Amino acid sequence: MKTTNEPDLPESDLPESVIRRRTLKAFGWFALASVVPVGVYSWIQNSPNLAGIRKPLRKMLDVNEDIASTYFSNNHLVRTYPVEAAARVPRVNGFDGLRTPLPDDWKLQIDRQGSDGEPQEPLLLTMDDVKALPRQELVYDFKCVEGWSQIQHWSGVRFSDFMERYQLGTRSGKAPSPDNTDDLYKFVGMETPDKGYYVGIDMESAMHPQTLLAYELNGEPINNQHGAPVRLLIPHKYGVKNLKRIGRIFFSDTRPRDFWAERGYDYYLGL
Amino acid sequence: MKRRIVHKHPLAIRWFHWINFPVLGIMIWSGLLIYWAYDPYKIQLGDWTLVSFFPDGFYKALKLSRRLAEGMAWHFVFMWIFLLNGLLYVGYTFISGEWRHLVPNRNSFREAVHVTLYDLGLRKDQPPFIKYNGAQKIAYFSIMLMGVGSILTGYAIYKPTQFYWLTALMGGYKTARLIHFALTVGYVLFFVIHIGQVIRAGWQNFQSMVTGFEVLKPSEPDRPALTDVTPEPGPSDDPEPTEPRPDSTPFQPALS
Repeated sequence: MKTTNEPDLPESDLPESVIRRRTLKAFGWFALASVVPVGVYSWIQNSPNLAGIRKPLRKMLDVNEDIASTYFSNNHLVRTYPVEAAARVPRVNGFDGLRTPLPDDWKLQIDRQGSDGEPQEPLLLTMDDVKALPRQELVYDFKCVEGWSQIQHWSGVRFSDFMERYQLGTRSGKAPSPDNTDDLYKFVGMETPDKGYYVGIDMESAMHPQTLLAYELNGEPINNQHGAPVRLLIPHKYGVKNLKRIGRIFFSDTRPRDFWAERGYDYYLGL
Repeated sequence: MKRRIVHKHPLAIRWFHWINFPVLGIMIWSGLLIYWAYDPYKIQLGDWTLVSFFPDGFYKALKLSRRLAEGMAWHFVFMWIFLLNGLLYVGYTFISGEWRHLVPNRNSFREAVHVTLYDLGLRKDQPPFIKYNGAQKIAYFSIMLMGVGSILTGYAIYKPTQFYWLTALMGGYKTARLIHFALTVGYVLFFVIHIGQVIRAGWQNFQSMVTGFEVLKPSEPDRPALTDVTPEPGPSDDPEPTEPRPDSTPFQPALS
């Protein structure tokens, strides 16, 4: 019944003393090697926290970001669906940054700096200024970091169009140019008017063609719970990065503070 | 006095096997921390829930609640070791020719049924084999394929936009997550059976995963128990004549 291609196991004749020595040696190494996983585990668990998570894990998550950015592409688009597929009652999850009423004098504030790094007068925009840009619709599978997802129908304007129109995110103060990506700041920061919620987004992800400043959900102006009057929609990141009710936008070369990253989540959270 | 030993597991295989043990342990534990945050899976018969993944007491007992961030961090760090160890294992198995002991052939399925009946005490003999019997070949080969499945479905839910084609291939985001979970349940079931079979098979078999070799019984120096195991004397399909074993404990290298 021996199958033709399976070779016999090699055998050898050895004195019992040699066998005993080899066995002891193997178990010695085995015992020694078993210390390694225990050591690694306790080294990680005994490391200090760096932004809410053990430092070695945090460092590796940042390496993961570097790995992910090698294959990130603006050509990799989130899958879209027909409008009918969208949920009638989109799920609401999380009220941080929304616990105070929306200020009556709300304006979208965008911080600007001169090429010398000196702060300039912030740009204050109304919803009409935002809506003046080409309207985009996006029906896609919104993904929560918790693991659930839901097809939702959002409308708004491309964040990249917005940056171009208002000449934002560059050191030179000119509109971003694909030929001069070095001119761009490395990060976009956003926060709610009450500063109760805040996110940082790497510039590459912010410039993705499906990253929107959204003001409509299922064709209606978005309600307070979903982040009225305008929110970030970044479909290639988990929901926690999709800040609701934007109060202030700013640009920087260092990571802006991030609500959930401070609580131990990965900063990047790119999908 | 000289003894005959059978070189069963090459050093590399032993390393891959034992590295995988704590790494897969970390992956399953951190996976549970992640799963807790959205735990919809259950097995239902009509309206009746047979198994719910998982009851509250399960999370409580294992302290799995409200640890999503921690779970994701461990999972996305140790996945690289799981992947690397798996790639090295498959690469080594292929290059060394070890796969010849592992990949099931057309006899394996019939053999596996035979072995299962033997393990359940419904048959007295088990079919002869060289390193692994049919049931083992199927089990170990499947577990390797399951590893591939975990990595593919894992990446499909890790980067569903960047690897949209992979996510589509795995049946979409939701399906990929379900498969990823089901495979993990599979590992746990495998583990339970594996441990049981290792205990059944006895010390010689277990220690060969540490030392690499099994020592043959002195009374049958030229009778490698691995190549033709017939614990009971009598007619069998073994081409060689079989001597009765003086040792009363049957050698049971079944699914281990």
